[in-house]
Amino acid sequence: MPLLEVSGLSGGYGATDILHDVSFSVEQAGITTILGANGAGKTSVLRALCGMLRVSDGSMSFAEQKLNGRATETIVRMGIGHVPDGRGTFLNLTTEENLRVGAMTRSDKAGITEDFERVYGYFPRLKERRHQQAGTLSGGEQQMLAISRALMLRPRLLLLDEPSFGLAPLVVQDIFRIMRTINDEQKVAILLVEQNASLALELADAAYLLETGKVVMSGPARELREAESVRRSYLGY
Amino acid sequence: MEAFLHQVFSGLANGAIYASLALALVMIYQSTHHINFAQGEMAMFSTYLAWAMINAGYPYWIAFGLTVVASFFIGLTIERVIVRRVAGAPILTLVVVFIALLVILNSITGWIFTYTIKVFPSPFPEQPLFGPYISSHEAGVVGVSLVVLLLLFLFFRFTTLGLAMRATAENALSSRLSGIRVGWMLALGWGLAASIGAIAGMMVAPIVYLDPNMMSGILLYGIAAALMGGIDNPFGAVVGGLIVGVLENLMGAYVVGTELKLTVALMLIIGVLIFKPTGLFGRHFVTRV
Repeated sequence: MPLLEVSGLSGGYGATDILHDVSFSVEQAGITTILGANGAGKTSVLRALCGMLRVSDGSMSFAEQKLNGRATETIVRMGIGHVPDGRGTFLNLTTEENLRVGAMTRSDKAGITEDFERVYGYFPRLKERRHQQAGTLSGGEQQMLAISRALMLRPRLLLLDEPSFGLAPLVVQDIFRIMRTINDEQKVAILLVEQNASLALELADAAYLLETGKVVMSGPARELREAESVRRSYLGY
Repeated sequence: MEAFLHQVFSGLANGAIYASLALALVMIYQSTHHINFAQGEMAMFSTYLAWAMINAGYPYWIAFGLTVVASFFIGLTIERVIVRRVAGAPILTLVVVFIALLVILNSITGWIFTYTIKVFPSPFPEQPLFGPYISSHEAGVVGVSLVVLLLLFLFFRFTTLGLAMRATAENALSSRLSGIRVGWMLALGWGLAASIGAIAGMMVAPIVYLDPNMMSGILLYGIAAALMGGIDNPFGAVVGGLIVGVLENLMGAYVVGTELKLTVALMLIIGVLIFKPTGLFGRHFVTRV
């Protein structure tokens, strides 16, 4: 039984549907990626999962519980950490306060302290800057902070919306390496939405290709990497 | 010189009250970008509650405490029942709702308690305790305001709930994604604002006397204070309040005369909006198109 199962999802903003009959799944402790060009509907998929998009049809279930119709806060509390596009940093709070906000739903003090150390271990830069206003962090640091904030929730599933966006290649590699570690060590499942197809396919086990709100191809990440059409359109060789 | 100092000190006392009301306005503005025009009338209604309790024989500070708590729940209820439903409405709808709230509270109070002007007691002694320049009540007002400020600061700075409220005010969407019940945080903000307003009302009532229209002028000063300090900055609201209080008193005593005191506040509002819309400590508003 997959951790997250989405089938026949349609929905959008206002009266128009952006997503049409989208189905995919994320295995327990697995990494799934959804690839697609700008405007293909990748972000909308993540928003639909978190109750931030009008869903007109289809079902979404997480750990065998239905997500449809639930409030964002409730879905998050079920164990889904969402790293939104634009990172959603609290610019006027310090780095540490941002992380405390991430742990807001928890009351296990010892566990929270442990998780502070863990994310500071993943991203030592954040520890150096923990009393600094988050608005003064660089783009890469803010992305690290966004991922860490979501991890403070101790999620079972991490939704990542274009973590590579606008960052220098070295920083991106760093972040992807740590996502692999997080997945290995903490068994957190990851649903990664990316434009950077080659990086995403390297990290993921399963991949889906989204075009104008429809899944046009899916399979093991390895297979999509070899597929002629993906290579030409998304990998550039 | 003595008269001048006296004007400055009583200006500070008035300013502390304006600062409290400005703080209440800022608290709601920060999280929702609404200016609650009914903030003054809510405070006035709370003060009547305190008056009723004191008349029923409760000791002053018990009535004070009960009023603060009751006002919290009144503010909370107004948010949950009324404001919530129009939260996404166009700005004009909101203005109408807040003005309606103002008028409704005003007439309900008049209906329950009549429009006769009443004397409201001060908890502080008659004789001046702190020298000739400041009455005990004025000193008490400054003291109470400082305590309120300190408590608020500690609450927002050091408690998890305070952090959740700050997070909500800054970025509601990210707060939701961290599992914060944003709706409740907004309601809590209204509750806190109502409590702060109630304290301001109870502090000002012994000076201006209790009547259903007692807060209309004070609200203007409060808005002037909030705008002056920067409508999104609590620290600015407090500084703005003190500046407005002292300025108003000095202008009234030496320049324009007491009749035009309120005009000073209005000129300040217009002046700030024209020359420095972000206020002294406000952030610049950048809207992405």
